[in-house]
Amino acid sequence: MTAERYVFPHKHLLGIQPLSPRDITALLDQALAFEEVCERPAIKIVPALRKKLVVNLFFENSTRTRNSFEIAEKRLSAEIINFDADTSSLNKGETLIDTAMNLQAMHPDLIVMRHSAPGAHTLLSRHMQASIVNAGDGAHEHPTQALLDAYTLRKRFGRLEGLNVAIVGDIRNSRVVRSNLWLLTRMGAKVTLVGPPTLVPQDFKATWPSIDICHDFDAVIPSQDAIMMLRAQFERGTGAYIPGQGEYSRFFQLNPARMRQAKPDVAVLHPGPINRGLEITSDVADGPNSLILDQVTNGVPVRMAVLYLLSNPHGEQVP
Amino acid sequence: MPVAPGPCPMDPGQMEATLRRLATDLVDRVKPDEEIVLLGIRSRGLPLAERLATFLRANTGAPIPVGTLDITLYRDDLTEMVGSPIVRPTEIPFTLKDRTVVLVDDVLYTGRTVRAALDALLDHGRPRRVMLLVMADRSGRELPIQADLAGLRVEVPPGHRVSVRIKEIDGEDGITVEAC
Repeated sequence: MTAERYVFPHKHLLGIQPLSPRDITALLDQALAFEEVCERPAIKIVPALRKKLVVNLFFENSTRTRNSFEIAEKRLSAEIINFDADTSSLNKGETLIDTAMNLQAMHPDLIVMRHSAPGAHTLLSRHMQASIVNAGDGAHEHPTQALLDAYTLRKRFGRLEGLNVAIVGDIRNSRVVRSNLWLLTRMGAKVTLVGPPTLVPQDFKATWPSIDICHDFDAVIPSQDAIMMLRAQFERGTGAYIPGQGEYSRFFQLNPARMRQAKPDVAVLHPGPINRGLEITSDVADGPNSLILDQVTNGVPVRMAVLYLLSNPHGEQVP
Repeated sequence: MPVAPGPCPMDPGQMEATLRRLATDLVDRVKPDEEIVLLGIRSRGLPLAERLATFLRANTGAPIPVGTLDITLYRDDLTEMVGSPIVRPTEIPFTLKDRTVVLVDDVLYTGRTVRAALDALLDHGRPRRVMLLVMADRSGRELPIQADLAGLRVEVPPGHRVSVRIKEIDGEDGITVEAC
């Protein structure tokens, strides 16, 4: 039994791209065991990360992701340090590497980091003994979001292979979509990207040849098992690519009229925070097809699975 | 009872008879007002618990709840392991409060698995009492833990492996003792 036991082969979770289908399945299966922990009537804590030190290093604001990670860490009995970038020496001109070396001197076991620069995590991983978990890097990857989306879809449909999934909205500025594309295509789902031509980069087909790109949301809806709406990030420059919010809503908003064209059991997802009345209406976001709050709930066991599988290093690890 | 290393201290027929006997012994050991639940320790404890429940039902006429514990997250050597083992869900779809919990496992050896199982189950509630039933009770304890009921008690020297084989997992029932 011990001889053939599967061991998660990665030291870090920098993105979904380096993961094999076996690794993804292992993470999702592991999250199942932690979902049971989160739903216990009595004590929702297990001693899996006892004596391990986890540093939450957030260079960008993210209340929701950080809270989800922190709950996951507490449920695993980890020691937690929250490193607040605003009050740190970064304001005094310390570089990322200096910050990392200072953290390393305190011997953390895991570092959960969000940073606006794509690849910041890869840089950090070369200077640290700790395992690095990417909690979002610019528009590059947000692996735990893709894992919790996949977990939510697998729980709802029992599989990922063969599912038709439309990802709709600001594809260009989204890190969620890149991680989801790696994950969903690798697990055999059929992904269609939907949005205005200015927000859907055509070169995505070069990286993920199996995907479709379509600018007509209404044409795509009837065949989809799941529709994943993205946040229109006007604060991050979405507005520069489209004529206006009214126009955007007219063509790409998920509303009751469009839901009537969808399969009756279509799953509606959104990574949050939602712009009610912009990319999705309240009656759809709060309606019977919405899995938006399930995604939030599932984020905790999925992040517990990531932290747990990275917490025991072994001999021959790949990044 | 000292047992020389050999291929077959117990064959499939003896296993079945032993499980039947353990079910009867268990009923004798509990008071009429006690509500029994069985918790099988993954992986071989679960099919053993399920088969015991069938015999218990034949004895008492009442269905006995069966759950399963994965004790991996409670192991005392977890943080020293090379790579994290994949944990499967614990399934206890009933309350443990005021019940008599019978932990079921294949082999009792060092006692460390049972220690972990006690911690795990107490996180799910406060039972009236906890009993331990194992198929094979072998020498080599490292913690002050003992079985209330055992199918077979064997003295084997260190460096020997006592294996319980279960038809649901291994294709055939049986107990073997081998040098390893």
